[in-house]
Amino acid sequence: MAKRAVHREDEPLKNLAGETLSSRPLRIVIVGHVDHGKSTLVGRLFYDTGSLPEGKFEQIQAVCQKRGCAFEWAFLMDALQAERDQNITIETSQIWFKTRLRPYVIIDAPGHKEFLKNMVTGAAGAHAAFLLIAADEGVQEQSRRHGYLLSLLGVRQVSVLVNKMDLVGYSQETFDSIVRDYQVFLNELGVEPRSFIPISARNGDNVADHAEAVMPWYRGLNAIEALDSFELPAAKHDLPLRFPVQDIYRFDHRRIVAGRIESGTLRVGDRLVFSPDGKESVIKSIEVWNGPSRQTARAGESVGITLSEQIFIERGHIASHEQHPPQCSRHLQARLFWMGRRPLEIGRRVKVKLATQESECELASIERVVDSSTLELLGTERRQVARNEIAEVTLETRSPVAFDAYEQIPALGRFVIVDQYDLAGGGIILGNALQPRQALPGKLFVGRVSPDERARAHGHQGALLWISGGSKELKKQVVEALDRSLFSRNVQTIILDESTIDSSLHGSLPSQPAGDRLLFGLLLASGFAAAGLVVLAILEDGTHELREKCRKKIESLSGVFVHIHLKPEQPDSHSEFADVLVEPSKSVEDSVLQILERILPEIKYKSKKWFYEI
Amino acid sequence: MGKLYEHLDELENQSIFIIREAFNKFENLAMLWSIGKDSNVLLWLIRKAFFGHVPFPVVHVDTNYKIPEMIEFRDRLAREWGFELVVGQNKKALLAGNTFPNGKATRVECCSLLKTEALQELIAQKGYEAILLGIRRDEEGTRAKERYFSPRKQSFEWDFRDQPPELWDQFKTDFEPGTHLRVHPLLHWTEVNVWEYIERENIPVVSLYFAQNGGRYRSLGCAPCTSRVPSNATTVAEIVAELKQTRIAERSTRAQDQEAEDAFERLRAQGYM
Repeated sequence: MAKRAVHREDEPLKNLAGETLSSRPLRIVIVGHVDHGKSTLVGRLFYDTGSLPEGKFEQIQAVCQKRGCAFEWAFLMDALQAERDQNITIETSQIWFKTRLRPYVIIDAPGHKEFLKNMVTGAAGAHAAFLLIAADEGVQEQSRRHGYLLSLLGVRQVSVLVNKMDLVGYSQETFDSIVRDYQVFLNELGVEPRSFIPISARNGDNVADHAEAVMPWYRGLNAIEALDSFELPAAKHDLPLRFPVQDIYRFDHRRIVAGRIESGTLRVGDRLVFSPDGKESVIKSIEVWNGPSRQTARAGESVGITLSEQIFIERGHIASHEQHPPQCSRHLQARLFWMGRRPLEIGRRVKVKLATQESECELASIERVVDSSTLELLGTERRQVARNEIAEVTLETRSPVAFDAYEQIPALGRFVIVDQYDLAGGGIILGNALQPRQALPGKLFVGRVSPDERARAHGHQGALLWISGGSKELKKQVVEALDRSLFSRNVQTIILDESTIDSSLHGSLPSQPAGDRLLFGLLLASGFAAAGLVVLAILEDGTHELREKCRKKIESLSGVFVHIHLKPEQPDSHSEFADVLVEPSKSVEDSVLQILERILPEIKYKSKKWFYEI
Repeated sequence: MGKLYEHLDELENQSIFIIREAFNKFENLAMLWSIGKDSNVLLWLIRKAFFGHVPFPVVHVDTNYKIPEMIEFRDRLAREWGFELVVGQNKKALLAGNTFPNGKATRVECCSLLKTEALQELIAQKGYEAILLGIRRDEEGTRAKERYFSPRKQSFEWDFRDQPPELWDQFKTDFEPGTHLRVHPLLHWTEVNVWEYIERENIPVVSLYFAQNGGRYRSLGCAPCTSRVPSNATTVAEIVAELKQTRIAERSTRAQDQEAEDAFERLRAQGYM
């Protein structure tokens, strides 16, 4: 069974040219479907590189004997009792081993579906990845999901290991067909794997050796050679400077701005701009304790600087050079993955953390939701992102945030989301800042009939009743009953709902983002209200800010704006500002009465009397 | 030496970042100092992070069974570096003689009484929201599963099956009231890294780590439960060279770990460091 001897501990680490290398480890994550052999591979890599602690192999052998089971490589990783019992890896473990080239840290990420967050924890810090697919089972749900997550988390160096080749008689045909299947999937993601390698982790075939005896048809790299072909990420010295302020210290006479340089280089004398406020100052010194003084500091360093002019800055501000500032906006267009116990709905308030910035934010719109395993589009009309789903969304923050596109400066282009106390999601920022779509459409053509003339004729003002919350069904019931009640009081009503807008847009405008649909709806609604009608609008819930803009617009047209919120069982952010908040326990009739009580006095025209007769 | 130890810069920068995050997020913070090599490195990194200052108390849990030299070292360093030293002790258990050396407790029970409970009591008394500790992932299987920011319930339990996700250096810093936090800035270091760093920075360590009469302490604990490994390493450089060759586990000389297959895991689930 022993095929070790890739590296002996007493040899210095050298590359193929014989140069001694730095001992900076490459972090590799091993992912794949449950039971496709991750832990076995890790055990094998350890054994083959002579990295096992003294007696560990024998200890595991003894444990297996005691339990009356066959020897399992996986037990090496499974230090915890619980894991041995369930035979699945629960947590992200990290272990170290060396090849002749350099040291490695292996992150063993669990493949079981419910452990997505551990997988994310492991893979987010990896430089490269092995993706395991068992030859006897082929591409499975998790093979796809993990491939997708790797691309989402920015892991670009990937080798696919087709494991358990011994179980399929080392068949080249099987291998080729898995390669074909998976290649198609990876191409859709824009992931170009470095290699596909047929292995048997259990027997060590093509792990550290070249298994020509059993797989003469394979002439490529073995797993360890594939590892050594990965590159350590280059330092981000040449990118524009991003120095997020972590804290301000005043332990003595100095006022030190502390933080880690995420990209670029800073020098004493540089003029810095602090986003998003835009305040400026010049670096007076780079502070050092117990070391030589210095004039420059570079990406990756945790440093402290003093400034020549004392300006107000605080944690979360991002220092850059004037020529290359980050973008600043309250709208982030992002690809989001969700791990939270409860789904993230449009409009719900959460917290976004980006570098050292924290801001309250809400999900403003969902462009599309994708199932991470099949890449199937789950819909463009979703109102929430559920656990294990990936979505393209727009987040709206309470205050402006400084950021970059992930592809340009990764550290400023990724964020996490905190829901209550939990880190429940993460994402990367796509492309450029969104122009705030939320600007309301411009002037309406209202003609020469004044609002007052129209109100006199109708007996009431024009109005927009924006109805949010509740289920689709409940909204429909309430709106129909409300329509009937208003109609019976001679109120001119019109119902405007999303599906009307959709069907009218369909075909003429290809794939409208959700936000545009809402704005189109609001344009129609304002027009109807300006014409003196009472619009019952069942649109997206939107944001508080958008509703306030809408209120101003309608009021400028002498109309009435009322936000009615059908409170869901779980309290949400819309409840806080609603003009009429309808409790979920109320019947449809009672809900309508409550709404009428509020709106009739508001929309009545002077001396008309009908509004008293509720 | 600069080039040789370049890889330590990355470790150091990451640790300082974590220490500063903890200091920013928690008003009532403390560091747990075992007087061992790892926590000496941690203490050094804290001084580096805060430009020579140690802006929170340094806590030592004294089991009364520590090797005397450790206590001397502790008091000397506290004096010389000028930080606030807080010493905790489970006096009740010691008075009642409920200890392993007295024969009234197993090694594991003794550990949880004199260390875990003593720490628990101190945290309750001082109201620390978070504690910085110098544990590392490569020490032991269960520590490999740790997070940098690791929440503990009020009862101190560690639920390793349900840990918060940790990615892109965004740590869990929002908690239900009553949660207590362990912060592990050295989690990504290895034993060799620690010694390389001690060598590079010239950090003081207890002399018990150096060989005398063919043996040295590789891991320091209480006198009755810690033994020496065979060694001739009398300098830090020799220790580094020795560790690069050894295939003996670091905590193999810590007797409480060896009582059962999963003894250490159980200790940690209850709140052991």
